[in-house]
Amino acid sequence: MKDFPYTESKDTRSGFGAGLHELGKTNPNVVALCADLTGSLKMDAFKKDFPERFFQVGIAEANMIGLAAGMTIGGKIPFTGTFANFSTGRVYDQIRQSVAYSGKNVKICASHAGVTLGEDGATHQILEDLGMMKMLPHMTVINPCDFNQTKAATIAIADYEGPVYLRFGRPVVPNFTPADQKFEIGKAWVLNEGKDVSIFATGHLVWKAVLAGKILAEQGIDAEIINIHTIKPLDEEAILASVAKTRCVVSAEEHQLNGGLGDSIAQLLARKMPLPLEMVGVNDSFGESGTPEQLMEKYRLNEGAIVEAVQKVMARK
Amino acid sequence: MTPKELALKSIGYRKNILKYIYGANAGHTGGSLSCIDILNVLYNHTLNVGPDNFKSPDRDRYIQSKGHCVEALFVVLADKGFFPESDLETLCRYKSHYIGHPTRKVNGVEQNTGALGHGLPISVGTALAAKMDNKAYRVFTLLGDGELPEGSNWEAALTAAHYKLDNLTAIIDHNKLQITGRTSDVCNTDPIDLKFESFGWAVRHVDGHDFKMLQETLDELPFTDSKPSLIIAHTVKGKGISYMEDELKWHHGVPNKQQYAQAIEELDNAVATL
Ligand SMILES: Cc1ncc(C[n+]2csc(CCOP(=O)(O)OP(=O)(O)O)c2C)c(N)n1
Ligand SMILES: [Mg+2]
Repeated sequence: MKDFPYTESKDTRSGFGAGLHELGKTNPNVVALCADLTGSLKMDAFKKDFPERFFQVGIAEANMIGLAAGMTIGGKIPFTGTFANFSTGRVYDQIRQSVAYSGKNVKICASHAGVTLGEDGATHQILEDLGMMKMLPHMTVINPCDFNQTKAATIAIADYEGPVYLRFGRPVVPNFTPADQKFEIGKAWVLNEGKDVSIFATGHLVWKAVLAGKILAEQGIDAEIINIHTIKPLDEEAILASVAKTRCVVSAEEHQLNGGLGDSIAQLLARKMPLPLEMVGVNDSFGESGTPEQLMEKYRLNEGAIVEAVQKVMARK
Repeated sequence: MTPKELALKSIGYRKNILKYIYGANAGHTGGSLSCIDILNVLYNHTLNVGPDNFKSPDRDRYIQSKGHCVEALFVVLADKGFFPESDLETLCRYKSHYIGHPTRKVNGVEQNTGALGHGLPISVGTALAAKMDNKAYRVFTLLGDGELPEGSNWEAALTAAHYKLDNLTAIIDHNKLQITGRTSDVCNTDPIDLKFESFGWAVRHVDGHDFKMLQETLDELPFTDSKPSLIIAHTVKGKGISYMEDELKWHHGVPNKQQYAQAIEELDNAVATL
């Protein structure tokens, strides 16, 4: 099992803020819109240095998505920022009609996704957003794993023409991917090569998969760990290549099992390579209050759950 | 209750709000302190609702649209006897029902809220249901001023006037602040009164910390027959604690030990000035 040294832990939302600020300097067409959550989304630096390209629309998310869609007609590249629940469910029809169906170059940037939002509880802890977004034709769906990757993804999506959903979160997590990485949309990233099981993880669960890989190695299990930062388009080739070798699969995500990464992989396997799959994720439940650690433990979104899933799926080979 | 008795009660409520937010190390301090006097008058003067009749179809309904200020609601519900106050020691903690936004798992709560812009449409629906059944109960909802730009509010405002819902009262906690700044700087909604009046509502302004004025105004409902009523309550975010008043950072801020002690001292001193 490869080692993944890191020197600091950071929140992925700060990676978004840093990437957006960078874009402010390099791309004059990039504009940012926010619905009264500038601080939470880490958009302050962009706002401060590019005030004429920053729009605080207030608590009016549907309006914000409409404005963003309209700005693309004037040649702008709008990045909208609010919590993941208000970025998706709240404004689904605006996204569906005015952004996805209309093929608009809007970047929907969503923070505080999942249970790791913590104390504020279930109203704010969306676990269905990846599903809603991936079902929309034309929509690209990205869920990076750490600060550096979120920053790189933010910069990369400005150069891609089309609607994008970029999902990130609130807690600090190990920042272990390289600062100088080139982010390739739709390209799975093999973190560790192995032969016994393929673990496909996204977002905050990628680091948990790395931790699980270490535990498994001690048990003599050689896990292939792949970071699926792009849920859609799914890197089918990379997934099938890995599974052809390992013959069994575990998926891991901070999302409902319904509609998430595991669900996409299940479809792919059923169609092209029917082999056993175990899924780590939230099983048809809303969230609740608690610290991120307590909730990750309760909803079994951690290395222990991944290790158990691996043992189970290997027994099914 | 007399205005003075209500004032005394509010001091106790403010102390509890701070106590439980401090204990949980989480909560919406400023907005709970701005709306607590309104909740006090509603629950202790206006609403015919309590633990004994909460299942009754004839109870008045209160729906809190600004759900993030759940601490104010929970503190008042505990005082009314809906649940033991000590339950609030678990506020926002893991496995507690007393989570960071109103939930119907807590006795006395009519509606789960927390996503802004939902309370008014829900209240309009409830008021419509009352009219359908010729029921005399009334519906009250409390909105933040920052949530007014949500379009759902204006859609609901149209419906309320269309159906002549004079059993509905919306109260705006007009503390002039939201998360990122002054409401007038973020998305100016002034003049709120003329907007609602042109939508067909009857509108009054009150000082949201003046108990007598709140009582008298609520006693006059409905302000006009066949019209929904809007009360614009002018309030101060963080009201009652000198260093929190009208300060943006106390929206979601939690006092440290020394700040907490000072806040409680200020509230204790306020008793003598009543
Ligand atoms: C739909 C929605 N968007 C954003 C938020 C995040 N949020 C919580 S409180 C708040 C500010 C509310 O300001 P205001 O309505 O003025 O409340 P108050 O000042 O009374 O606290 C925001 C943006 C939310 N809860 N719901
Ligand atoms: Mg306000």
